[in-house]
Amino acid sequence: MKTVSKMVVINTKLFVREFEGFFFTMIFPIIMLLIFGSIYGNKASDYFGGFGFVDVSVPAYIGIIIAITGLMSIPISIASDRERGILRRYRTLPGGATKVMISWVLFYYLVTTVGTAGLIVTGKLLYGLRFTGNALLVFFLYSLSTIAFLSIGFLLASFMRSARSANAIGMSLLFPMMFFSGAIIPMQNLPLSIKQISVYLPLTYVVDIMQKGWFGGSMSQYGTDLLVLSGIIVVSFLIVRFKFRW
Amino acid sequence: MILKVNNLKKHYGDVKAVDGISFSVKKGEIFGILGPNGAGKTTTLECIEGLQHHDEGDIEIFEKKMTVNDDFFKERMGIQLQESSLPPRMKVWEALDLFSSFYNKNVDWRELLVKLQLEDKKNNYFSSLSGGQKQRVFVALAMVNDPEVLFLDEITTGLDPMARRQMWNVMKTIKYAGKTVVMSTHYMEEAEYLCDRVMIIDKGKVIADGTPGELIDRMGMKNRVIIESEEKIDVEIFKTIKSVLDISVEKGKIEIEGKDTSVLADIARIINDRKIKANIQYKTANLEDVYLHLTDHFNEEVI
Ligand SMILES: Nc1ncnc2c1ncn2[C@@H]1O[C@H](COP(=O)(O)OP(=O)(O)O)[C@@H](O)[C@H]1O
Ligand SMILES: [Mg+2]
Repeated sequence: MKTVSKMVVINTKLFVREFEGFFFTMIFPIIMLLIFGSIYGNKASDYFGGFGFVDVSVPAYIGIIIAITGLMSIPISIASDRERGILRRYRTLPGGATKVMISWVLFYYLVTTVGTAGLIVTGKLLYGLRFTGNALLVFFLYSLSTIAFLSIGFLLASFMRSARSANAIGMSLLFPMMFFSGAIIPMQNLPLSIKQISVYLPLTYVVDIMQKGWFGGSMSQYGTDLLVLSGIIVVSFLIVRFKFRW
Repeated sequence: MILKVNNLKKHYGDVKAVDGISFSVKKGEIFGILGPNGAGKTTTLECIEGLQHHDEGDIEIFEKKMTVNDDFFKERMGIQLQESSLPPRMKVWEALDLFSSFYNKNVDWRELLVKLQLEDKKNNYFSSLSGGQKQRVFVALAMVNDPEVLFLDEITTGLDPMARRQMWNVMKTIKYAGKTVVMSTHYMEEAEYLCDRVMIIDKGKVIADGTPGELIDRMGMKNRVIIESEEKIDVEIFKTIKSVLDISVEKGKIEIEGKDTSVLADIARIINDRKIKANIQYKTANLEDVYLHLTDHFNEEVI
């Protein structure tokens, strides 16, 4: 416990000192909201079901924060530590593997949560962000989505040989997901051919579940999302359990 | 015996990295594993440290059979890896504080910093340290749990002579504190200076072991005295010395090989008695000679 809390604190310090990850999870989504928010504003419109652009975008951008953590931050940071022999050194410590893993999960959950909070506060203060869902339920949906993407992150990290390749693969997964999952361009605006791809992108389910939850959708509306996200967690966990190299 | 290794074998594909190595280490001893690059030093150490599975043989440490990745052993060992690092932006004190927290037993890492002359580097980022300072941080990290055995893998490789000397001083302190150290190196001077016993390995096999002194003696490596003088010296006068093995004259230089170090005193006495003006040079065999002799010899046999 002592180790885990120290490790989370140190990871946080490194995250801020190294800045790159910090920028992409904490600042980049807010900049996106400011840019699009200043263009479209947050006037209620029929097009968004009686809500504004910002109201619809914030839950979707939360999905982007989650995806950046899972597809970029985790694989890059772990691959770079592996490359430098840092992971092997951790493994020589008593309970090393377990303690370090738990710390990472907590730390990255914390990072996405702080990023998310920053985004919500910005939306609220600048655009009067509306929320009509059940806060507790949304928090649960958020946590499930985050854990699903943390799992994908550790899955990718299991196979990355270097920080460079982790970066390249992370980018090539992140960008299609951002554009084809409904996070930036609303799903109903995507052509059918793209929608066929969207079905295979994990972020699609996160954006869907977050938006439905945000506006108080009932459980029956996102049954598929829950199933897909839980499936991702179970499968990734099993693979990581046996394939993760230190 | 705090560590017993019997017939250790480990291969990677076709490469027999460790091919039947046996040795044991007494408590409080500094034991050196010597050998050229690729000899199998790191593999041997990592098998003992429980970082790698070995194919054959037994490893007994702390009077227990070693099992891979077992906290019982990790708690009692201090490990420095040949190829490792820390996150560049981690501060020295943060690393020590973090690593300490993993162990049940701890020494105060602030004292370790003082002992390893790193006190003023406490708040530095790891990436800002010199090579020697980084290695001392690794030694400190390996000692946060007050380990019974310390494993150091080529800790001075790549360091400049000053930094190497500094590391030697550190290791002497560790030795005087009664710690058992198993270290690998390819600097013979270092092994001769630090190690109580050494084992020379090549291509995964032990080719010699013993104290540095024993190895030098066993090799029949000679002590040589070289005499230079303006005067003409009759070499017959040295033949009365019991420990003389061989006398040769080359370009006015007399070279005398002796069985042991006493030959020098005997020669000096004779030269003094006869009031000969001469320049006497003494060359004693060292571990380097033994090592070069053995590893060359060994390679020739294999080829
Ligand atoms: N992970 C590995 N995969 C394949 N071969 C390896 C691996 N590690 C070491 N070897 C080989 O095993 C031999 C012994 O290596 P090593 O133990 O690192 O030697 P040393 O530490 O004495 O330089 C070398 O031939 C090396 O190439
Ligand atoms: Mg080595």
